[in-house]
Amino acid sequence: MSKYIIKRILIAIPVLIGITIIDYAIMCMAGSPLEMLQGPRVSEAAVEAKKIALGLDKPFYIQYFVWLGQLLQGNLGYSIKSYQSVSEMIGSHIGPTLLLMGASLIVSLLIAVPAGIYSAIHQYEKGDYAVVTLSFMGSSIPGFFLSLLLIYIFTVKLGWLPSSGMTTLGTEGGFGDVLQHMIMPVIVLAASMAGSNIRYIRSAVLEILQQDYLRTARAKGIGRFKVINKHALRNALVPIVTVIGMEIPVLFGGAVIIEQVFSWPGLGLMTMSAITSRDYPVIMGVCLLSAVVVLIANLVTDILYALVDPTIQLD
Amino acid sequence: MERKDITNESYFQTVFRRFRHHRLAMVSLVVVAVLGGAALLAPVLAPYQPDEIVGTFSGAPSKEFWLGTDQIGRDVFSRLLYAMRISLLVGILATLISTAVGVVLGLIAGYFGGVADMLIMRFTDMVMSFPYILLVLVAAAIFKPGLWNIILILGFVDWPGIARLVRGNVLNLRETNFIKGNIVAGMPLRHILFSEILPNTVAPILVYATSVLALSMLDEAALSFLGLGVQPPTASLGNMLNGAQSLTVLTRQPWLWIPAGVLIVVLVMAINFIGDALRDAVDPNSRR
Repeated sequence: MSKYIIKRILIAIPVLIGITIIDYAIMCMAGSPLEMLQGPRVSEAAVEAKKIALGLDKPFYIQYFVWLGQLLQGNLGYSIKSYQSVSEMIGSHIGPTLLLMGASLIVSLLIAVPAGIYSAIHQYEKGDYAVVTLSFMGSSIPGFFLSLLLIYIFTVKLGWLPSSGMTTLGTEGGFGDVLQHMIMPVIVLAASMAGSNIRYIRSAVLEILQQDYLRTARAKGIGRFKVINKHALRNALVPIVTVIGMEIPVLFGGAVIIEQVFSWPGLGLMTMSAITSRDYPVIMGVCLLSAVVVLIANLVTDILYALVDPTIQLD
Repeated sequence: MERKDITNESYFQTVFRRFRHHRLAMVSLVVVAVLGGAALLAPVLAPYQPDEIVGTFSGAPSKEFWLGTDQIGRDVFSRLLYAMRISLLVGILATLISTAVGVVLGLIAGYFGGVADMLIMRFTDMVMSFPYILLVLVAAAIFKPGLWNIILILGFVDWPGIARLVRGNVLNLRETNFIKGNIVAGMPLRHILFSEILPNTVAPILVYATSVLALSMLDEAALSFLGLGVQPPTASLGNMLNGAQSLTVLTRQPWLWIPAGVLIVVLVMAINFIGDALRDAVDPNSRR
């Protein structure tokens, strides 16, 4: 087992290095920081001096290693718009995003797990068709369109929920206020994830239900309730672990668009404004961070998977 | 019910017979055919030119303009027909590109194994680590947004899933006797890869491609909605929703955004249903 874990970590290291190379290459492709300097009042000599000061006269791979060295010290560079350090900007925006992502993950699991299991147990019955159709709807509706519909219904028509920000302007905020602001973005994020997860859990449970050990359990005559709750559900934990792992990148991506629509003051909103103002150090900092988080999430999923499922082939 | 004799059925007949069981997919097939046909025939069906100013600003739906007019007086119904054309074009071309890239990489990785496999799969891991939407957004920020760039970006970002799928299938097929027989018989590599292995893995690729098509259309819509995709005056389903970011449009002029959004949902859902039914239909273990 520990051999497997070490092997998985060793495979992840070159991928991690590759991610930093891709990230750096994209940032270089996007444009050099010298371009901002150029203007009628800046002499060529000044640009040249800045080039040497920034180390841009050195070959590409040396620049990459300098960048990597700074990265290891937690320095992600500086925004070319606000001159703030990127790591500080990320630090100050990550809280609301984590709150949104965590809540959506929990809500989507609360929907998808019972619905997926119900659907599998009642395969080809009316309830199953209803759940599967709804799940297709969840994964087919664009997040921004669902957001607009919710805002139209709950903010414009009914006036129940606020449509933007995290707290009401001019107030202290507080738990209840934040909760009100969270409801719609969480519904949108959770709906799209639950859509695909329901079908994933459904097919995983269907597969479990066809196993020999469940036939044996049924043959013992211990009753449908015990068969499903004692034997099937425990094994359904394995696909749920996978689902959580699969959701992390979806959450990061979804948050960018949803935060933009709801003006939720998190990483996504920061990234979108960086994208519109072409603030590449900020964009690539967020990309790098999310790629590393996804990589770690995948690694943890794989290891958990091996721990939860004793039959998995460890080679 | 009389049972039909299915002993001499061809592969396609079997698939179609199973596909027909899926009632929602049959309805979806009709929906896609009708909407696709309407998109193709847009120049014939549209009552007005899509970019021509023909009416009042933001006029409500009327006999003359079935779905009203937009902020600068263009006919929404005509624009919708042309938008569907663009969105389907983006989806289909992006899917073709990503499928082609994924199939080639997957075939190479699966068949040759060793270093080639390791390099390709690690590269796949790297690309998959970046959240998909973020990568598309970054690419859209670097390259000028526009119709052809969006197609290329979506096409070249969404291949890893197919590459993995094809690789897995090739690994399984390589162990089968008919492929081993081909190798022993000294058949040329190109023949083995493209005439023996590829046809045996077409069905799962097709199923996967339908979900890529659905996803690409959703992504085009999201990008265009954010203003990073298809640029006006060309209409796409996503950029027609862009106007709804303004509060007046959202609250007072629902005809400007609801029809486009509903069309996206209907198209994507129909494609997903078709994909789901195809998955069941081509599954060799299916008993239906």
